[in-house]
Amino acid sequence: MYVAVKGGETAIENAHQLLAEERRGDPDVAEIELTQIDEQLGLAVDRVMTEGSLYDRRLAALAVKQARGDVIEAVFLLRAYRTTLPRFGASEPIDTARMEIRRRISATFKDLPGGQILGPTFDYTHRLIDFDLAEPSDDAPEAPLAETPVNDAMPRVNELLESEGLLERAAPPEDDPEPFDLTREPMSFPAGRDQHLQNLARGDEGFLLALGYSTQRGFGRNHPFAGEIRMGEVAVEFVPEELGFAVELGDITVSECQMVTQFTGSKEAPPQFTQGYGLAFGFCERKTMAMALVDRALRAEEFGEAVEYPAQDSEFVLYHSDNVEAQGFVSHLKLPHYVDFQAELTLVRRLRADYEQAHRQEAAE
Amino acid sequence: MSARKRKTRHDDGETGYNFAYLDEQTKRMIRRCILKAVAVPGYQVPFGSREMPLPYGWGTGGIQVTASIIGRNDMLKVIDQGSDDTTNAVSIRAFFAKTADVATTEETSKASVIQTRHRIPERKLRADQILVYQVPIPEPLRFLEPRETECRKVHAYSEYGVMQVKLYEDIARYGRITTAYAYPVRVDDRYIMDPSPIPKFDNPKMDNSPALQLFGAGREKRIYAIPPYTTVHSLDFEDHPFDVETWDEPCGLCGATDSFLDEIILDDQGGRMFACSDSNFCTARRADGHTGQFAEDPIEESRKGEPAHV
Repeated sequence: MYVAVKGGETAIENAHQLLAEERRGDPDVAEIELTQIDEQLGLAVDRVMTEGSLYDRRLAALAVKQARGDVIEAVFLLRAYRTTLPRFGASEPIDTARMEIRRRISATFKDLPGGQILGPTFDYTHRLIDFDLAEPSDDAPEAPLAETPVNDAMPRVNELLESEGLLERAAPPEDDPEPFDLTREPMSFPAGRDQHLQNLARGDEGFLLALGYSTQRGFGRNHPFAGEIRMGEVAVEFVPEELGFAVELGDITVSECQMVTQFTGSKEAPPQFTQGYGLAFGFCERKTMAMALVDRALRAEEFGEAVEYPAQDSEFVLYHSDNVEAQGFVSHLKLPHYVDFQAELTLVRRLRADYEQAHRQEAAE
Repeated sequence: MSARKRKTRHDDGETGYNFAYLDEQTKRMIRRCILKAVAVPGYQVPFGSREMPLPYGWGTGGIQVTASIIGRNDMLKVIDQGSDDTTNAVSIRAFFAKTADVATTEETSKASVIQTRHRIPERKLRADQILVYQVPIPEPLRFLEPRETECRKVHAYSEYGVMQVKLYEDIARYGRITTAYAYPVRVDDRYIMDPSPIPKFDNPKMDNSPALQLFGAGREKRIYAIPPYTTVHSLDFEDHPFDVETWDEPCGLCGATDSFLDEIILDDQGGRMFACSDSNFCTARRADGHTGQFAEDPIEESRKGEPAHV
């Protein structure tokens, strides 16, 4: 009896049980713990927190575990949880100039106040599979401690340039209005830089990486230099209404990238460099660099550059950067579409009948 | 609290979520958008769509609308492709049964809120029913003009020439309009609207319907509406009037000749049958004693050598 669409409920239930079984894998292998994910797959946790827009290492690690390591699925889990959380208020803006630096490099100056600090980077590693890692080891690797502590004064490269007027000033817009909040308001155009940056910060790393890369290859080139990249801990402060002054809630790890890009100038203003900006939770350096490239590309209109390429196109970038939205709509193609398909099938059959009839008539004439 | 766990209440201790999942602030925001949508029929109202625990594209807009209008005394029906049993309909119905503890039904006539994807039930809806559509792409002009900024202007100025040209080009090229589903309509003689990907067979049911029709697009963050008894005109030309799909044979299960039929492939020899896409409509007809050619067992029947439509 017409079984094609019956039995959905049991099928779903069984599929979920199978998923749980596969997620756990071989029960003879020890179950992975959240602290292990957090500690040893920390960069996955960082990415999930960044694109999931929620700074909570334990929850992000749990999402990674539940998603079986599928980062985009984990981002989705975190987002769907985040949206249910009550809001107490907005923190004070974090001040990355006061960051406790773990990494800080500049590609624009050989040396600068505070120096270059490589930190825990993959850069300059040779990408050779380390077979020693295949088996757990009792010897925990230990890095040597520097003779002198990191300099307290770590001025931003961009501020050095800004003070000379060589770089456009990164100042908030007039009256410093409340920034747009994409998590509460639908996208709206023309979009300001606040909306751009929030969207890019939540955006898919792969998508932004490809777009940023496309600008380097000429699809909207803007001559970028990595002015400064820094990573470390910053304090999050909050002003409770009943106190009226800021209290520190704790530290979070962030990565920041400030690109120094193409100069502009006009009759009224002397030439100066422009900026692109990237910021992410945790150690997501690649993401912040891609974000900074795309941020700058999206400012094309602001600087009177022709908007010709995908990375410069605000609607194109903003509407397609969110991987939770994108994966949802792509994956919905798996849902049944047989009514639409039947409608198309009926139409195509009719068109073919029309066609055959017309040709028969032609042949007869 | 007593040992017996209380079922879902406003702040629920059991599921940890508010009644019908969304918090009351969000529901209020969505209700305001719905009111605006009802006041301006066919106009797409932007709303602060939330991430839902189901993926975007899987009915998050419809779910948010339903969650904002549903009450404890409502009777909910969820269909996908016309059927209550398709996997996603099952999943959404289970979502509301869990988060709102709401009574559900498969009977169209008993439901007060019907959430649907891709179909309008065959049975005529009443004034005390609300039909909630899940909408993937709310913008009827999207495939003619991908830019939202441009589309908004077209709607604002009511300059819909581009759509007329598209339909005309269809006729010039193929002899007929080649849109089979998501067939554009004009609502209350003002806005051109995407009816969601329902087959055009269902379009006439929207016109002057006594039921309130609400459309939710979660990913695209838009809500729109057709208030009861509103004119909904499927776009056409005087010499090429709008028409709907017809089938050469009746439903193989209930013998209906006036319903939208799904094609079911029975074997690899070209054997096939047609059956109502609206499963509740079909079941009710069979309960009333109507039968079709394949009422007993379609696979068996086809093997008996009774050639199905080839």
